[in-house]
Amino acid sequence: MSQTAQASSVAVPRRTMRQWLKRPSTIAFLMTLPLILLIGLLVLYPAGYAIHLATLNKGMTRFVGFGNFEFLFGRETFWMVVKQSCIFAITAVVFKAIIGFVVAHFVHNIPSKGQRKWRGMLLVPWVIPPAMSTLAWLWLFDPSYSAFNWVLAQFGADPVPWTGDAYWARFSVILVNIWIGSPFFMIMYLAALKSVPDQLYEAALIDGANWWQRIWYITLPMMRNIIAITALFSLIVTFANFDIVRILTAGGPLDLTHVFATWSFLVGIESGDIPLGASVSLFMMPFLAIAAVIILRDVVKRGSQA
Amino acid sequence: MAEVSLHKVVKRYEGVEAVRGIDLTIGDKEFVVLVGPSGCGKSTTLRMIAGLEEITDGAIQIDGTVVNDVPPKDRDIAMVFQNYALYPHMTVSENMSFGLRLKRFPKDEIRRRVDEAARILNIEDLLERKPRQLSGGQRQRVAMGRAIVRNPKVFLFDEPLSNLDAKLRVQMRTEIKRVHQQVPVTTVYVTHDQVEAMTLADRVVVMNDGVIEQVGAPNELYHSPRTRFVAGFIGSPSMNFLRCKLDREGEDLMVRLADGVALTLPAESRERYREHVGRELVLGLRPEHLTETRPPRNGEVVAPFPAVPDVVEPMGMDTLVYFRVGREEVCARMDPSANPRVGEPITLAANLARMHLLDPGSGLVLGTRPTG
Ligand SMILES: Nc1ncnc2c1ncn2[C@@H]1O[C@H](COP(=O)(O)OP(=O)(O)OP(=O)(O)O)[C@@H](O)[C@H]1O
Ligand SMILES: [Mg+2]
Repeated sequence: MSQTAQASSVAVPRRTMRQWLKRPSTIAFLMTLPLILLIGLLVLYPAGYAIHLATLNKGMTRFVGFGNFEFLFGRETFWMVVKQSCIFAITAVVFKAIIGFVVAHFVHNIPSKGQRKWRGMLLVPWVIPPAMSTLAWLWLFDPSYSAFNWVLAQFGADPVPWTGDAYWARFSVILVNIWIGSPFFMIMYLAALKSVPDQLYEAALIDGANWWQRIWYITLPMMRNIIAITALFSLIVTFANFDIVRILTAGGPLDLTHVFATWSFLVGIESGDIPLGASVSLFMMPFLAIAAVIILRDVVKRGSQA
Repeated sequence: MAEVSLHKVVKRYEGVEAVRGIDLTIGDKEFVVLVGPSGCGKSTTLRMIAGLEEITDGAIQIDGTVVNDVPPKDRDIAMVFQNYALYPHMTVSENMSFGLRLKRFPKDEIRRRVDEAARILNIEDLLERKPRQLSGGQRQRVAMGRAIVRNPKVFLFDEPLSNLDAKLRVQMRTEIKRVHQQVPVTTVYVTHDQVEAMTLADRVVVMNDGVIEQVGAPNELYHSPRTRFVAGFIGSPSMNFLRCKLDREGEDLMVRLADGVALTLPAESRERYREHVGRELVLGLRPEHLTETRPPRNGEVVAPFPAVPDVVEPMGMDTLVYFRVGREEVCARMDPSANPRVGEPITLAANLARMHLLDPGSGLVLGTRPTG
């Protein structure tokens, strides 16, 4: 390399291969190439393979094009899963965002001495493996022996079929998802809050803003990028959620709590129609991709002008 | 009418007393500068006036009302921060109008005030820009604009120029003075730069270690400082302090310096210092009163002062000469034409009409009234 570099630095300017190799952007590309290949291998290959699978028939012997999708679109259960996935993901993300924001505010206002402790404790739901914490919730939700129903009984209320009734089951899976996911929002928002200079709040205080106006006119605009990115990220992850639903309700009752991942697992692995399962899990991809492009473009635009 | 007065104001943080009992009255439309070294409690005092910091003890009045428990927004003040604190996501005009919009002023009134302030500050072309598209000086103007449009009773400035480069600082200093002349509002201005203090202020408040050392017009502080701290703080290069002994020789009083140089005091100062004869004192003499020998101007009484320059610093307008008297370093300010050279003995002229004698223990300047 060094020889070529020396050679071309004295040579008459000429668009040569050597010069091209010498350009910083080329070097940067070459240096990141191993990582690009690795990512390609680990991400693109499975994704490509999933797309390939989705175009085969049940026996994986014949190419059927969009046949699997046509079949899915004709099934009521599929549209129910679409609906439930959207309700699940959107409700959960909205509440995670709100709770994360409120809690982040509280933690932000705790004097810095006690803050570490609180931050650590509040992160616990996010840190323990979801499968395990969901199991704990499963016990809490148990219709006859659980803590929740016991407490309700103490107040003379009827026991609630937490995972048995369709509406309560939807409520429960969303609740657990919020419980697990809020700390992530909390920590992201806390970092964002800390990056807002105190003097902006003091200036706003002097300008006559009350606390709500300070949040609306200072905090939120200053945090917009973080809010957008966190929500997008969480939306994608929540749409793809598997473990909570699988453990808590396994999609029941009557498939009413299925989301894409669990239903695709049911169809593809448990019922043995892998191409159909792949089609289910691929369905959301274009929508999420579009959402991601829109949100990220907005972030980049604002980032360059803010 | 907006008078600001502080009565025995104290600010205690756990452990430290940042402000230790301040009494000060700032008149209507007066421009008062708080000046002092880092950590002396200037910002704390200003922030207590603004209401951003609680008052531990004492009282602050604005316009005759005690405002100790009045929140900042109801004090009718505007503040310009050191790092401007402009809202980064708002345009210049949105930044300036924010306070008015919160108070639900009519649109055309807001428009009128913003345009007026922009005209005064020469930022009419910048109204649609975001703060990050502005230079430091422009941001400074916008921050002032934000204060002006509110039309407050009191302007508060906390080191507004310290983030600017030296040239811009001088320019903005003039600008602030001009704005105050156009929009005369009671102003409290904090800085640690004594030149800024002297040039801007109607009255300067020198603070040190949480207390006020002296309050006075710039010239008063320069000519009759009451304490060693003020004497050393005001003026640049700062006043020379030399250990000396006050002796009598017949009718004359004279100060004897460490290396034996004796300077005879002018007749007018005899009365002032007579009671201190025989004491060890400190002589305070500004560099500009220790010059090359020249025909005395009217009223000047000069005493010859021998020196051997250690360091010579040409400044253009004059040349600073450093030399030693005993173990103390002394600075003299000479005309460049005198052309002093390192190591070559010269005779300087000490203008003793402008000297001060200080008590080495208390640091008080003798012959002036004590601070109060
Ligand atoms: N929040 C705080 N907690 C504890 N001590 C503080 C706090 N704010 C200021 N102090 C102390 O109070 C004293 C005065 O601080 P202040 O900010 O008023 O100084 P200043 O005169 O403005 O100095 P500078 O020129 O550096 O801005 C300092 O000793 C500082 O350490
Ligand atoms: Mg300060």
